Amino acid sequence: MKLYMKYVFLLLKSQMQYMSSFIMMVISQFFTPFALLAGIYFLFERFGSIGGYSMFEVFLCYSIIGMCFSIATCFARGFDVFANMIRTGSFDRILVRPRSTVLQILGGNLDLKRVGHFIHSILLLVIAIMQAPIDWSITKGIVLFNMIVSGTLIFSAVYLLQATAAFWTTEALEVANIFTHGIKEHASYPLDIFPKWITVFFTFIIPFGTVNYLPLEFILDRTEGSPLIYLLIPFAGGLFILPCLMFWQFGIKKYTSTGS
Amino acid sequence: MKKYLSLLKVRFLNNLQYRAAAIGGLVTQFFWGIMLVYIFRAFYGNSSVSDGMSFQELVTFVWLQQGFLSFIFLYDWDYELLEMITTGGICYELIRPVNLYSVWYVKLLSKRVARGLLCFAPVILLGFLMPEPYTMSLPYDAVALLLFVVTLLLSLLLIVAISMLIFISIFVTLSPVGSISIFATIGEFFAGMTIPIPFMPIWLQKVCMFLPFRYTADLPLRVYSGNIRAGDAVVGIAIQTVWIVGLVILGNLCMKRVTRLSMVQGG
Repeated sequence: MKLYMKYVFLLLKSQMQYMSSFIMMVISQFFTPFALLAGIYFLFERFGSIGGYSMFEVFLCYSIIGMCFSIATCFARGFDVFANMIRTGSFDRILVRPRSTVLQILGGNLDLKRVGHFIHSILLLVIAIMQAPIDWSITKGIVLFNMIVSGTLIFSAVYLLQATAAFWTTEALEVANIFTHGIKEHASYPLDIFPKWITVFFTFIIPFGTVNYLPLEFILDRTEGSPLIYLLIPFAGGLFILPCLMFWQFGIKKYTSTGS
Repeated sequence: MKKYLSLLKVRFLNNLQYRAAAIGGLVTQFFWGIMLVYIFRAFYGNSSVSDGMSFQELVTFVWLQQGFLSFIFLYDWDYELLEMITTGGICYELIRPVNLYSVWYVKLLSKRVARGLLCFAPVILLGFLMPEPYTMSLPYDAVALLLFVVTLLLSLLLIVAISMLIFISIFVTLSPVGSISIFATIGEFFAGMTIPIPFMPIWLQKVCMFLPFRYTADLPLRVYSGNIRAGDAVVGIAIQTVWIVGLVILGNLCMKRVTRLSMVQGG
């Protein structure tokens, strides 16, 4: 952990050398999602609601997913561009060092411009919390926090899977975009507006349902029964990262250098 | 002219090589299409009509949009060109006895054509094979189909002209791609790529009419299903042509100025 902090500090320092460019990126990251948001807004203006959800309830979902996405993309950037490392052979250097590979790759890259997207999401979250008709309680606050943590873990796990695939393909797997950028765009809507097979897939295979559906229902008071389950469900989703880490270790065992 | 045509052919064949990338793109676009039609299904709820666009027209819109994405998508960065600008490789281009604008234009065009031809048929086919009510429908009539093809091809020429202006602006500002991508996003929005233009409020629809973006995506996609009638489509074709000519001339002028003033980045 201490080592990772050191990595982060160094990366921060190096990226801050290009201050003006950094600020422009952040501003752009802040404003870009407004196009999608405007789209959602106009659709609600036209249609009123979606599958029983009102606009601010969807905004709640949108902002949570946006936060998870921006945090994960910022810190797991190294895995996002990992295929390059395989192709150029620089992964070999990491293997010979006596530290964990995951730590080194996480520490090797930081996508700080995502701060812009993160601030955008926080802003929307505040608006949604103020406008959506929800009786807030401490339990709900904790559930919300858990949702964000677990969503971030799931996004990171997807990046990890994408990177692991590169052990076999040696190139970036564009299809993985479906699960990162695709989810960022489409998981803004609660999962139950989709047909069953998509719901099942995103609950049991890649468990985003544990973020943007089950606990959301609890926050919106659409559930009965003990709140304990809803406190724990996001954690179950976050556990998804464990098999992904195991798969990563398996991938390393199978790895043969491209030798370039 | 001949040299540009042969360049177009060579680049086209070259780009056809990237089949793995094309398959990746294909899967992504098909998935994207599915998600979009489901989201809109949920918005429409039990009704199948909304003023402006029926659900059937919308589904067809989405499948065409995904299938012909590379013909109408603004958000496409050619990393080869970007690298040329930022590393100074551009000076080799400058000493060649060709018009730099035309060369770049042809490069961008061939890339889009190659990718489009690899992708569109499978996506459209899958669109036709989708279960009701998510099935793509046939063109409104033969005239609509013809007008669709014409407007789509003009769209392609127009979108390349617009992205050329973006590239030229990078040339001047040397700003990172990320920070100008916001302009691409705005362009996409006004092109009706984020949500179809009939879903926007009237005042915004009027804004769209005065910008070139709508003529790169919205027009062909809605002509196909008859959502835009033949008469309006013909007017649209005229406007498309004017924009293409205007923006190409503008791009050429900017390019001339820029190359005269530019300093090559060393390295």
